[in-house]
Amino acid sequence: MDYSNLRRQAASMKKSLFDQGYLDEQFCQVEDLQDEASPNFAEEVVTLFFKDSAKLISNVEQALEKYPKDFNRWDAYMQQLKGSCSSIGASRMKSECMSFRDYCGQGNVEGCMRSFQKVKREHGALRQKLEAYFQLLRQAGQLVLLELPPGPGCKN
Amino acid sequence: MAVVASETPFHVLAVDDSLPDRKLIERLLKTSSFQVTTVDSGSKALQFLGIHDDDASTVSVHAHQLDVAVNLIITDYCMPGMTGYDLLKKIKESSSLRDIPVVIMSSENIPSRINRCLEEGADEFFLKPVQLSDMSKLKPHILKSRCREHYEQEQQHQQSDSNSNDCSSPTNMSSSSDSSRKRKAEDNEEILPQKNRPRHS
Repeated sequence: MDYSNLRRQAASMKKSLFDQGYLDEQFCQVEDLQDEASPNFAEEVVTLFFKDSAKLISNVEQALEKYPKDFNRWDAYMQQLKGSCSSIGASRMKSECMSFRDYCGQGNVEGCMRSFQKVKREHGALRQKLEAYFQLLRQAGQLVLLELPPGPGCKN
Repeated sequence: MAVVASETPFHVLAVDDSLPDRKLIERLLKTSSFQVTTVDSGSKALQFLGIHDDDASTVSVHAHQLDVAVNLIITDYCMPGMTGYDLLKKIKESSSLRDIPVVIMSSENIPSRINRCLEEGADEFFLKPVQLSDMSKLKPHILKSRCREHYEQEQQHQQSDSNSNDCSSPTNMSSSSDSSRKRKAEDNEEILPQKNRPRHS
């Protein structure tokens, strides 16, 4: 069945996101909160996360420009972003946020600038991958609606 | 045997400036059978609770508050403007709100911060990301505060009305008033859980 193929693809995509460290266990916690009443909950939270994190990244960017060497301010903004990352299990992005905060603690401007670029890169990469993942799930879900329910012996 | 009659779910007010976090905590709470209201700031929380910053210390129970009773407040620590700690303080300073249990959430594990909140009267501290298993820690705080409230009401009732009691066979004054209090507690379906469930982790 086409849809079970898509489901399998989505599952393997998810597995590789975990294997490559993009996501951690917290993402599973978020998915587990889905049910029939809230079937798109995970995607909704992730969408909100990217909206929120884009704003937080731009806050950091502005602070880096407007407040040179204001490590406390830079750290405070990055702390918010890091918190957001940990809420959805965005593991690699969270690591880069933590790196940035370490550099703030050391008063290392170069290090902050470099790791901020990495934060942005991870953000973009994760957004792409999760969009693809949810797209697959949606396609699989849509096909389920169109097809007859599977007979006995079919795996979902 | 008295049965826990919770037809009206307990109502939790959740405060967090982060939109994804707000969505998450709302879902966690609803999944755990709480009724939820979410707000994005401490000042909106106070507004919802019916008090204003300036008269937090006065007894101000607005009429609408009776319709929207809040059984527990859960708030993020780090928020712009009024932090969760500031909100906690305002709640504890308010005679109409101080008995509502307050839980603080934070993504930072800082012992001095945690202690400061607990000392100020927070009932619990959750490290973010909050888990579904954390939700089972909330109801005991709600029930505890209602027991306390009920006990205090009972005390007042006892004082104004010291000779009447519900016991069928009173022995002496002190034991009969004790058992009358216990009987009242058992009859009051909302206050005591029938079974003491062990907390799951």
